[in-house]
Amino acid sequence: MNAPLTAADGEPLKKKLAREQRLKQFKAIALVAPLGLFLLLTFLVPITSLLFRSVDNPEVVTALPHTSQLIRAWDQRGLPSDAVYSALAEDLARAKADGTLADASKRLNMEISGYRSLLMRTARKMPLQLAAGESVRDHFIQIDERWGDPDHWHAIARNAKSWSPYYLYRSLDLRENKSGVPELTPVNERAYLSIFGRTMWMSLWVTVFCMLLGYPVAYWLANLPKRQSNLLMILVLLPFWTSVLVRVAAWIVLLQSEGLINSGLMALGIIDHPLQLAFNRTGVYIAMVHILLPFVILPSYSVMKSIPPSYVKAAISLGDHPFAAFWKIYFPQTLPGVAAGALLVFIMCLGYYITPALLGSPEDQMVSYYVAFYTNVTINWGMAAALGSLLLIATLALYAVYSKLVGTDRLSLG
Amino acid sequence: MVPEVVPDTEVLVSFRGVQKSYDGESLIVKHLDLDIRKGEFLTLLGPSGSGKTTCLMMLAGFETPTHGEIRLNGALLNHVPPHKRNIGMVFQNYALFPHMTVGENLAYPLKIRNFSKSDIDAKVMHALSMVKLEKLAHRYPAQLSGGQQQRVALARALVFNPQLVLMDEPLGALDKQLREHMQMEIKHIHDSLGVTVVYVTHDQGEALTMSDRVAVFKDGIIQQIDSAYNLYEAPVNSFVASFIGENNTLEGEVQSLQDGLCQVKLGDGIGLTAKAVCADRAGARTTMSIRPERVRLNGASEQCANRFQGKLQEFIYFGDHVRLRMDVAGNPSFIVKVPVSELDGSWSVGDSISLGWNPEDIRALDPLNP
Repeated sequence: MNAPLTAADGEPLKKKLAREQRLKQFKAIALVAPLGLFLLLTFLVPITSLLFRSVDNPEVVTALPHTSQLIRAWDQRGLPSDAVYSALAEDLARAKADGTLADASKRLNMEISGYRSLLMRTARKMPLQLAAGESVRDHFIQIDERWGDPDHWHAIARNAKSWSPYYLYRSLDLRENKSGVPELTPVNERAYLSIFGRTMWMSLWVTVFCMLLGYPVAYWLANLPKRQSNLLMILVLLPFWTSVLVRVAAWIVLLQSEGLINSGLMALGIIDHPLQLAFNRTGVYIAMVHILLPFVILPSYSVMKSIPPSYVKAAISLGDHPFAAFWKIYFPQTLPGVAAGALLVFIMCLGYYITPALLGSPEDQMVSYYVAFYTNVTINWGMAAALGSLLLIATLALYAVYSKLVGTDRLSLG
Repeated sequence: MVPEVVPDTEVLVSFRGVQKSYDGESLIVKHLDLDIRKGEFLTLLGPSGSGKTTCLMMLAGFETPTHGEIRLNGALLNHVPPHKRNIGMVFQNYALFPHMTVGENLAYPLKIRNFSKSDIDAKVMHALSMVKLEKLAHRYPAQLSGGQQQRVALARALVFNPQLVLMDEPLGALDKQLREHMQMEIKHIHDSLGVTVVYVTHDQGEALTMSDRVAVFKDGIIQQIDSAYNLYEAPVNSFVASFIGENNTLEGEVQSLQDGLCQVKLGDGIGLTAKAVCADRAGARTTMSIRPERVRLNGASEQCANRFQGKLQEFIYFGDHVRLRMDVAGNPSFIVKVPVSELDGSWSVGDSISLGWNPEDIRALDPLNP
């Protein structure tokens, strides 16, 4: 065994090299730290809080702590014990005073309509003034007979935990039946499943249109001399330099009944009546395809650029018809780029908000519209977060399926 | 070595008056008359831009001649689309289909020709055994080395038994040792199959070792088409002489012509006798070419008709031989090759050494700088 190597100053070489290595690593970490911090604050924290908000259910527990605690022991049959009624009386009096009652009554009103007025009315009667020998339960039923209805107590019992799958169930048109098992809501109350379905369906078509239109353009660009393709590539990217809002507004100007396209076609005598192009599915498709087209063209182009023309030539020289050679040899090699572009477009479509909101009818709104609706209009954070979380989960699931089919290692984003 | 006499066999491909222009202004191929014989190994050699690859592409069908006609077995080929020509082709970057295994790559032309599954398997295995890659049928091209990919490309171009195989600088991407090995392998496959090969390269060594005949291209015109031996020993003009192998040039003016020899006066007034190849009249300028190994030194030069004194400038050691750079008759970079065993230990830089050569070994060609 040789003596350990030492550096010129006598220090063991191994130790010195390890220290230098650590210094390098520290520098690398220091360089990415600002971005890491930024991502943590602007991406990870909001996403986590979104996921948390979708199951967060604090209102009832906060306003009615004792009731919540006691009702958990209830066997869910008949009416709860007098102790629960007393606890409710106590909680209501306190909640009225510290102002937490409004949130709780709003929350319970989602379960059974009319619950808000029931709670408010009962709270006004607090503290209890019991007649001699009168049970708390009877007094409550006397205040309002709904306190004798087990369903109203089930509603409290369901919300006696600080988390609840309620919003997630609602977002999937499910509800908990009395035994707590999720079931589909009646047909006339369903809404979100069809909205999710519509979101997927519209995204799928936008992706298909983008691929049909983008692939030939990318192929053409990839086979042009560099100077011309660079110039044309700027034209492809040009829309990126304008805000989406401006582009959608421009499409409204073009597509509406009295818009440029309709008046042009009518002036040429091609049509008699204006075509309905805006404020319906057609308008949404036209504008979304236009906005998302570059996301298919760019990765496809960069992959196509890397395929030497000799492949197709070789296939032709081996006796294959040029079209067959294109399909069997060229097309499979472009798949990583095309698939990456399609994935990009599809995922962006799933979360699209502004184009359908401005150019679509109520029948063309996608999930994001309802997220915005619950955030801005009804201030229902639970529903907004649940819809957002489901959209995120659906996206991740689709990505997983996609990577299984195509293989993410083969994707090329250019 | 005796010049190989290629017998006049049947012509497979003939180019007649073929021209090609891409921009309508300049001709990349100016005027091509070329017969390719059945079973021969013909190399198109030339610097880049000389039109050799364009000729190959016209033959493959990827370019159409703007003028003239190309015939294959007597049938006009001009308007036959490339996929109906049944010509094998090996590309410079191999062009192996990356999403198919080696076996699938080889089966590709056979499937198009509707062979049965068992026929395809047999032919693929046979072609792979020819290039000694039977075990790699299930690999993807990216998993092979450059030399292996080259062999697969070769096997794919041969697997459907084309009568003509085109190769476009197929060894350009390989390192020197592998390239030399593959040259021999391609040559042996050619010999054993009897297939006609048209091979494009800019590497003259490759052209000389592999070909039955070499066509030297320059500016869209074939300068000389001949066996390797004749190209080297009997170049017909200064371009061929300088492009193929090493050569020393001397500039002069023709004084007189007689019996295929000519008297030439060099710039400094010295006269010499050379073989008249392009020199056709007295008074014409000429560039004379002599191969370094034809120059004799000291005693060996005494019998020569042309004798000079050269001043030794530099020794360049090559292992098996030494090149002496000398100043001879006004040419300061005159190279003489000397086997190590014949090197005289007393020579040193600055010495004057007598040298000479026979008139048959120095060829009076067209002037290089007219």
